[in-house]
Amino acid sequence: MTAQAELDGQETETMTVREAIRQGLREELERDEDVFIMGEDVGAFGGVLEVTGNLYEEFGGEQVRDTPIAEAGYVGAAVGAAATGTRPVAELMFSDFMGVSMEQIMNQMAKMRYMFGGKTEMPVTIRATEGGGMGAASQHSGTVHTWIAHFPGLKAVAPGTAASAKGLTKAAIRSDDPVFVFENKMIYEQKGEVPTDEDYITPIGEASVEREGADVTVVATQRLVGESLSVAEDLSGDVSVEVIDAQSLYPLDTETIVESLQKTGRMVVADESPVSYGTHAEIIARTQEEAFFSLDAPIQRVGTPDTHMPFSTPLEQEVLPDGEGVQNAIEKIV
Amino acid sequence: MADYTLETAEDRVEALRRMVTIREFDTKAGHYFADGEIPGFVHLYIGEEAVGVGTCAALEPDDYITSTHRGHGHCIAKGLDPELMMAELFGKADGYCNGKGGSMHIADIDSGMLGANGIVGAGPPLATGAALSISHQDRDQVALAFLGDGATAQGQVHEAINQASTWDLPAIFVVENNQYGEATPVEDQHNVDQLSDIAQAYDIPGVTVDGMDITAVNEAVQEARKRARDGDGPTLIEAETYRYHGHYEGDEQNYRSDEELQQWKDRDAIDAFRSRLIDRGELTEEEFEEMEAEVEETIADAVEFARDADLPHPQEAYDDMFGESVPEIEKFANRARTDGGDSR
Repeated sequence: MTAQAELDGQETETMTVREAIRQGLREELERDEDVFIMGEDVGAFGGVLEVTGNLYEEFGGEQVRDTPIAEAGYVGAAVGAAATGTRPVAELMFSDFMGVSMEQIMNQMAKMRYMFGGKTEMPVTIRATEGGGMGAASQHSGTVHTWIAHFPGLKAVAPGTAASAKGLTKAAIRSDDPVFVFENKMIYEQKGEVPTDEDYITPIGEASVEREGADVTVVATQRLVGESLSVAEDLSGDVSVEVIDAQSLYPLDTETIVESLQKTGRMVVADESPVSYGTHAEIIARTQEEAFFSLDAPIQRVGTPDTHMPFSTPLEQEVLPDGEGVQNAIEKIV
Repeated sequence: MADYTLETAEDRVEALRRMVTIREFDTKAGHYFADGEIPGFVHLYIGEEAVGVGTCAALEPDDYITSTHRGHGHCIAKGLDPELMMAELFGKADGYCNGKGGSMHIADIDSGMLGANGIVGAGPPLATGAALSISHQDRDQVALAFLGDGATAQGQVHEAINQASTWDLPAIFVVENNQYGEATPVEDQHNVDQLSDIAQAYDIPGVTVDGMDITAVNEAVQEARKRARDGDGPTLIEAETYRYHGHYEGDEQNYRSDEELQQWKDRDAIDAFRSRLIDRGELTEEEFEEMEAEVEETIADAVEFARDADLPHPQEAYDDMFGESVPEIEKFANRARTDGGDSR
């Protein structure tokens, strides 16, 4: 579905991605008392990147719970809680900390339903910030969503707009499956139109066509959605660029992407994760499986060139994928 | 009330029956594993029966437990059905997990059994999470984690105990110290004199009990449960026990002597409890023999049930990944249906 079509007829409000996520969290905390947030400094402090904000004041320490700095312990507790009747939303302050909790994610959260023959629900949401661009260096800037999208038994979403930031957060909390919401920290201040309907969700597994075009398809995620839209605007008149926000990494909306490629014949995949063995490759593999004969040019990848995120600004800018990279990729194949 | 406690003579006989059932179940599991009828690998609970049964006799039926890789005893103590357990070990569709879990992943959420677990130390965070659900919904339950001596070296165990104690959650941690973490003696893995000493770091009660004495285990867990329900937080109980078999079936056990094994067998928990019940006039030798015969029959029936049960259809490999399925898996499942899974 196109982004505009989705918003047509909806009452909306302009807000930042950060506010949109917080509004989604607030609505779900209000709607269902079994929903609770847990994480490091998410409570009284309001979250180190201020996403939870004043939710602690609104809902109290039981529903917005500060945890010790122990990612394995509290992610594990979220798994145990989800298996026993509540709906935890655990925050990983930086996705780089996911390694600390990986055992509980990969061997418990992802596998319990399957190993137990379907006898448990696992309604757990993990929110994790990703992305370089603020000089936070290698241990606070990673983009790791490919690990989760790759791992069977987990669902992964990565919003690129304020509307989907709210809609995907709510969909994740309402899901009976483990869903990771990967929030790029550089777009927390990005504004957009967000539906005010309390039951507005962005279905997991649906991509969004953010801009229609005829010459080339850019499948982008997170920060690179906005940057690709700017490139599309800059190139308009010369090249007609279609921009798709993948939104959901697993499950992935292959159909929407393939339909677009069948129309344009050319594609760029722009995602901040490292280029090798990753999200880009999966999107490309699926499109060539379904639409090989629609291709008019080799598909291009824009991502982090297999390095960690360095600290110093010129170094970070060197490896951080951006609109310029998207534009170069487009110009190479159009 | 619990299914059984240790309060009345009838209860105590039932507890003894569970201990005997565990031993017989695991004896047969070892046997059919050696025969090749049970695939994978199995870790037997023989020798440790007083810990599982003494603990579960102090719990209410809807209390939660998390278990370990050595979980058959916990399952039977918690009231799971040996037929469905054995069917799971045999990899059959009628097993607790429809053949997807096997020995190390038997679970039955409805019985409060949150799963045996193949990862050493992974259970305690889950128990803390279950205690969090209980606390969040103000339910009259507790969550208890069984863990081994080896698991007390795992970081996530300490994280779990710290959270449960910091938040005064209704949790209990029962360390089954069977003297070896896999093949390495407990003193070569830990610096404390007693594993219960680690409770001091969390300002919670830490007690060591004789794990070969079902009454001692039961009393400690009863007290821990009361404390947990009173809102005073968790207790760590170390039960000193011994496994008569290796870490896994097939383990050569070159790390311990026959003499050491015999010393523990001389204090066998089933023998001791049986003698006590006979001495108190609550059971006769004949009744015990009758019980043993009944248990043998129960387990023989379980084996027959497991053997006769159907294997899962290969197509079931694609079920149960998610509550709401995804097109990716549907696609693989469809391909398998149409071409037998030869090309993916």
